[in-house]
Amino acid sequence: MTDTILDPVTSDGGRVGGADAPAAVRMNMIQAINSALDVVMDRDPDVIVMGEDVGYFGGVFRATAGLQTKYGKTRVFDTPITEIGIVGVAIGMGAYGLRPVPEIQFADYIYPALDQLVSEAARLRYRSAGEFTSPITVRSPYGGGIFGGQTHSQSPEGIFTHVSGIKTVIPSTPYDAKGLLIAAIEDNDPVLFLEPKRIYNGPFDGHWDRPAKNWSAHGGGEVPTGYYRVELGKAQVVRAGEALTILCYGTMVHVVSGVVAEAGVDAEIIDLRTLVPLDIETIEASVKKTGRCMIVHEATRTSGFGAELSALVQERCFYHLEAPVERVTGFDTPYPHSLEWAYFPGPVRIGEALKKIMKD
Amino acid sequence: MASEPVRANMPPLSLHVPEPKFRPGDPVDFADVDVPPAGSARRPDTAEPAGRFTELAYTLVRVLDEEGGAVGPWDPKLSPDRLREMLRAMALTRAFDERMFRAQRQGKTSFYMKSTGEEAVSVAAAFAMDRDDMCFPSYRQQGILISRGYPLVEMMNQIYSNSGDKLGGKQLPIMYSAKDHGFFSISGNLATQYPQAVGWAMASAVKGDSRIAATWCGEGSTAEGDFHSACTFASVYRAPVVMNVVNNQWAISSFSGFAGAEATTFAARAVGYGIAGLRVDGNDALAVYAATQWAAERARTNQGPTLIEHFTYRAEGHSTSDDPSAYRSAGEPNAWPLGDPIRRLRDHLIALGEWDEERHERQDKELAAHVRDCQKEAEKNGILGHGLHQPLDSLFDGVFEDMPWHLREQRQMMLDEEEASGRPWARK
Ligand SMILES: Cc1ncc(C[n+]2csc(CCOP(=O)(O)OP(=O)(O)O)c2C)c(N)n1
Ligand SMILES: [Mg+2]
Repeated sequence: MTDTILDPVTSDGGRVGGADAPAAVRMNMIQAINSALDVVMDRDPDVIVMGEDVGYFGGVFRATAGLQTKYGKTRVFDTPITEIGIVGVAIGMGAYGLRPVPEIQFADYIYPALDQLVSEAARLRYRSAGEFTSPITVRSPYGGGIFGGQTHSQSPEGIFTHVSGIKTVIPSTPYDAKGLLIAAIEDNDPVLFLEPKRIYNGPFDGHWDRPAKNWSAHGGGEVPTGYYRVELGKAQVVRAGEALTILCYGTMVHVVSGVVAEAGVDAEIIDLRTLVPLDIETIEASVKKTGRCMIVHEATRTSGFGAELSALVQERCFYHLEAPVERVTGFDTPYPHSLEWAYFPGPVRIGEALKKIMKD
Repeated sequence: MASEPVRANMPPLSLHVPEPKFRPGDPVDFADVDVPPAGSARRPDTAEPAGRFTELAYTLVRVLDEEGGAVGPWDPKLSPDRLREMLRAMALTRAFDERMFRAQRQGKTSFYMKSTGEEAVSVAAAFAMDRDDMCFPSYRQQGILISRGYPLVEMMNQIYSNSGDKLGGKQLPIMYSAKDHGFFSISGNLATQYPQAVGWAMASAVKGDSRIAATWCGEGSTAEGDFHSACTFASVYRAPVVMNVVNNQWAISSFSGFAGAEATTFAARAVGYGIAGLRVDGNDALAVYAATQWAAERARTNQGPTLIEHFTYRAEGHSTSDDPSAYRSAGEPNAWPLGDPIRRLRDHLIALGEWDEERHERQDKELAAHVRDCQKEAEKNGILGHGLHQPLDSLFDGVFEDMPWHLREQRQMMLDEEEASGRPWARK
């Protein structure tokens, strides 16, 4: 058996701070998220954290550990198990003027909340001519690779990027997770903040049969203890290169980086970080430079976010393309349990696609 | 930024956030859990309209008293043989849980969930229903499958996602599906089974069938919209369905107060929907049996649905991923005022002179050995993570009845990929 992250991440709370604290320390992604919540709650009394098991217990992945003790039960509280209730109540609190950060325990459980997200949070500003807004940030762990079966593994970002009025953010390192989460909470529009739970504890290169790594050796594991923002809508070039552009986000940033290093290809790897609004300039400039574009995501293929990316690249960079845009994705099946690694778009699938796009 | 409170001369509002009585380290005293005497609840005729016995939603239907006697109008008066069968099924459920929990800890599978302390809720209900009534369970009603004689080896095959797994390794462990045992496919998404059970029951009524449906969810799950939609449909169409709420006091780390228990009972939800509501001692197998039998009788005679709250206690962690010592007092399970369901039924049989401690111990040993034998058998089909137990391309089976072109293409891509990879799956 490989490790299962269904077992809650054991974290020492990870909350550091105070006047004499060091400026930056090593954090895993859970600790970085916890620190982001701590920092914004400390600065802004209107920030509220709520969700199933987030209060006393501190969340099944421990992301909210210690917050209730520090900020009290009326700012950090457990909720009834009703996702549509959680999001609807958050919208109402937002309408009052608070800045709620609801947690949906697993992204697989966000579907009961769809109506409040799609018909309400996403459209409140538009339909009330800005009278009411929805400054909520819905946090939720997503993605597979933990033997979580069909209901602890999904990547539903494409459902939400299809909805006008919701921003969708996905970090790939502890550093980005904290900076992006702070920026998301401070944003006046609703943000879906999807946390790649496979890399909560460490970067994952897709080799499930090799020992797991933690964040201690990765640059993105160095996280300032205080306040900083990573602006929404800005991608990050993780590796500069000339041969092709690879667009990815979340866990796949690390899987792609591993494949590129092993293959020795001079790829430009772009971590999108925010899917909506998308940093189209960075993408366009890169593809025009390299002439090739590959898109990698774990979510299912049909109508996945890769389809949107592919269309955009084709619309904007058509005359620069030397090969068809290549998509590497999860298959169009539910997430299986035992055949998880056959499903997962891992190093082999990405490597094959890399050969194909470089051959054309 | 929220504005400063206006109307400064008015008393300030304050938010109530529920808090359980005990946290880790606290001494536990359940003195304020109201336990009415066994036999004190009235048993209405099954033809009585729901509105005439709403008091049953606020008491506890109890049959087994503290001396091991069976008392009052709800005593189902089962034969000693039947009682022993029920005791055996409950003890087997517990033995199975112990073994599979340990298998997960040994790394043989990814996940497991026990039903320790709640065995009566599923076992006695299964005994009280007809074999072909349809069950829509949550993940904690393995006792139904065991009561209906579903082979333990099949359950284990599913838990191991091995080559014998009838679900082809597609589902998380314990998310069984057993149509031929009247057991609907378990979903990981809470409460979804509730309206589905109502729909199945409505269909049975549409077709003039005589089979009824039953469903289960935890008290925490009653907060989901699906629960309330189910109650509305069941009420409107008088669906022949038994709706069970297993109030085991906890939903992972959240106590029942976060589902509304500070304000009223879960059985009281029935009152608002105008359906029959019973609140039952869930650790009393005879009470569970009697309540289920009564509700089934109502359903079968077109009196409509019954909502039964089973008042019980989750004696162990939520799942293998959970450590309850982080959020509740370790003293709770032992202090639970309604005792242990297996011990209570055992004591009843002993009081009847139909059982003794020595037989009980012998049975426990037999059951443990039986489970161990089944486990050996199941492990011949493999355990999770060691080798490829299903054909790789089975990944694509069952998405649709007929496979569309894009899945066929993806299947080929996967097979090519496996070839290119030097077949790590085959080697593992
Ligand atoms: C829609 C949905 N939301 C959240 C979860 C995560 N979750 C799994 S079990 C559980 C607690 C359920 O508690 P309860 O209904 O009381 O049942 P119990 O586990 O006590 O039997 C939660 C929150 C889920 N599985 N599905
Ligand atoms: Mg419960």
